[in-house]
Amino acid sequence: MTDAERSSRTMYDKVWARHVVKTYDDGTSLLYVDRHLVQEVSSPQAFAGLRDAGRTLRRPDAHVAVADHAVSTKVRGAVSLGSGLAAKQVARLADNAERFGIPYVPTFDRRHGIVHVIGPELGFTLPGAVLVCGDSHTCTHGAFGALAFGIGASECESVFATQTLRQAKQKRLRVWLDGALPPGLQVKDVILAVIAAIGAGGGTGYAMEFAGSLIPTLSMEQRMTMCNMAIEAGSRVAMIAPDATTFAYLKNRPLAPKGAEWGAAVAHWTGLASDADAVFDREAHIDVAALTPIVSWGTSPEECGPVTGLVPDPAVEPEPSRRARMQRSLDYMALTPGMPLAGIAIDRVFIGSCTNGRIEDLRSAAAVVAGRHVAESVRAIVVPGSASVRLMAEAEGLDQVFQAAGFEWRHAGCSLCVAMNDDRLLAGERCASTSNRNFEGRQGVGARTHLMSPAMAAAAAVTGHLCDVRTIEASA
Amino acid sequence: MTPFKELTSVAAPVEGADINTDIIFPARFLLLPEKKGLGEQLFHEKRVNAPSNQPFVLDYAPYNTARIMVAGRNFGCGSSREQAVWALADFGIRCVIAPSFGEIFYNNCFKNGVLPLVETGERYAELLAAASAAEPITIDLLGERLVLVSGKVLPVQVDPFRRAALLAGLDEIGSILATDHADIEAFEQSQRHSEPWLYLGPEKLACFADLQDEVVVD
Ligand code: SF4
Repeated sequence: MTDAERSSRTMYDKVWARHVVKTYDDGTSLLYVDRHLVQEVSSPQAFAGLRDAGRTLRRPDAHVAVADHAVSTKVRGAVSLGSGLAAKQVARLADNAERFGIPYVPTFDRRHGIVHVIGPELGFTLPGAVLVCGDSHTCTHGAFGALAFGIGASECESVFATQTLRQAKQKRLRVWLDGALPPGLQVKDVILAVIAAIGAGGGTGYAMEFAGSLIPTLSMEQRMTMCNMAIEAGSRVAMIAPDATTFAYLKNRPLAPKGAEWGAAVAHWTGLASDADAVFDREAHIDVAALTPIVSWGTSPEECGPVTGLVPDPAVEPEPSRRARMQRSLDYMALTPGMPLAGIAIDRVFIGSCTNGRIEDLRSAAAVVAGRHVAESVRAIVVPGSASVRLMAEAEGLDQVFQAAGFEWRHAGCSLCVAMNDDRLLAGERCASTSNRNFEGRQGVGARTHLMSPAMAAAAAVTGHLCDVRTIEASA
Repeated sequence: MTPFKELTSVAAPVEGADINTDIIFPARFLLLPEKKGLGEQLFHEKRVNAPSNQPFVLDYAPYNTARIMVAGRNFGCGSSREQAVWALADFGIRCVIAPSFGEIFYNNCFKNGVLPLVETGERYAELLAAASAAEPITIDLLGERLVLVSGKVLPVQVDPFRRAALLAGLDEIGSILATDHADIEAFEQSQRHSEPWLYLGPEKLACFADLQDEVVVD
């Protein structure tokens, strides 16, 4: 161990170091993977590769499989998946899981949900673990102090066969979030502000760590929303130091350590935080207290700004490629420079996804919706991130609140976050969405997405246009 | 994997920053079960929505047979879908040149015999100009250089392991299993001792005892 390794290490350095199986001559490392979440989209070719090569799955206890992207959220039970291909994809995952001996959580099970929601719920996600999934939003699990990152299907195959991945170490970026959340603001606003500040590619090559006075005040749900969107700034990895909030969330989860092991685990996890004198390659600062609620106006998550502002004017952007990029976004979004963002009429509202489909997100949206009704021109749906979130919400009566207001109340799944199931926007439809990507076509061919917090999406639903949720709350 | 040593081709210029993998390969086609044939869906929306007098670059000669692409900043950001690379490879693209890449896409390229090359500044401008002029570019991976039609040589550096893998068409999993097996075993033994909770024994896995089979009605 060199001196640099012994002291002054970041959390990322510590978890990384504990998982290096060996280091090759070129400086890359063979990294051990503790946990692998398997879903239907990125796994069929990986399982097929394993079979074709006659290889076995090294550690069946390190994987959990669940279908989330392609499933219908309209019906459960003996599920009709609507499209032949979707049904086949889900059935193939169930088959592969059975063949290779890994647990598969069926769509009608009480533990079903989006991979990034159920991993933590099961206690499959643990601090200090290396966790991967063939899905870019795997950074979500870093909220627990796991080193978690999205991989491609070929890498999934490597994890199945070897439990390892050949990886190069990343640089380290610390994002300081200081100040308390102002009223009406949610962590979704904070992470959108982070992405706008560092850019959609600004974090590429960096493992991000969130620090600052905001962090200890955040629940696990909020921390997951933060880490979930790090990839939208280009960072495959995001981490938050585990603390008492983390441990309280994990205690007694089905797959979390129990008894004497629990104490040993907590002692170990407590030591994972970055050392006080740890050096990061880069630091960024966000003054949380100064933020206003944010909505996106373009087709990249970095193209967002305060809802109190105007659609920006490409003409004032000096850099030609950026100007062209902005113009393309505005054309796609059918927006004119100088329009106030608040007031843009919407057709659809989507509350859900692995970013904002957790119980606190539903509570915050329900609080805005209660006693109001979805605007006449708007179709709105609430899609809990997991069956367990759905059950919790129902126990609290949130389903009643949403339904009374004219929302559809759905089963768990990715739904309108990604246009590969039976929920799609029509071309030209405009959606207030709590998901994480406003890419062209993400919610359907020609669909227009505005990203925002659950409270803001709820406010858009009841007013029929983008609006500052603080003006609504004031009138309540 | 097909080895990659040298290739000469015109390069298709695909402009615009932040072209994400949803644009390269739209989500609804992720239901397709095979890797083969995905080239048909490559940039699907861009191709079908292009005005008839201005087809998408990959749809007219000489770019419809291009093996190289010159793309914009942050190319392949977003979703981890390896289908984006499978579609490029299926179309025939073996090298993508861009000022920067989404990281997961970048890694996925190497696993499929596609070489992603980061080029910025003047060199990038020169390559983009060559692409726009439909001048062939030679990628000589063995000699670690690009050669322009003018005879100008641009040296490139590719990570040695990845270069070797591309040159040999190497199966990375096979090589890990062959050479690192004992190290992985040793690692597991020690980790089982130091962080036993990372190993889910029968007691914990018993929580899954009541999982039932999926019921799928087509
Ligand atoms: S909810 Fe959206 S971002 Fe999350 S896993 Fe599903 S498709 Fe991906």
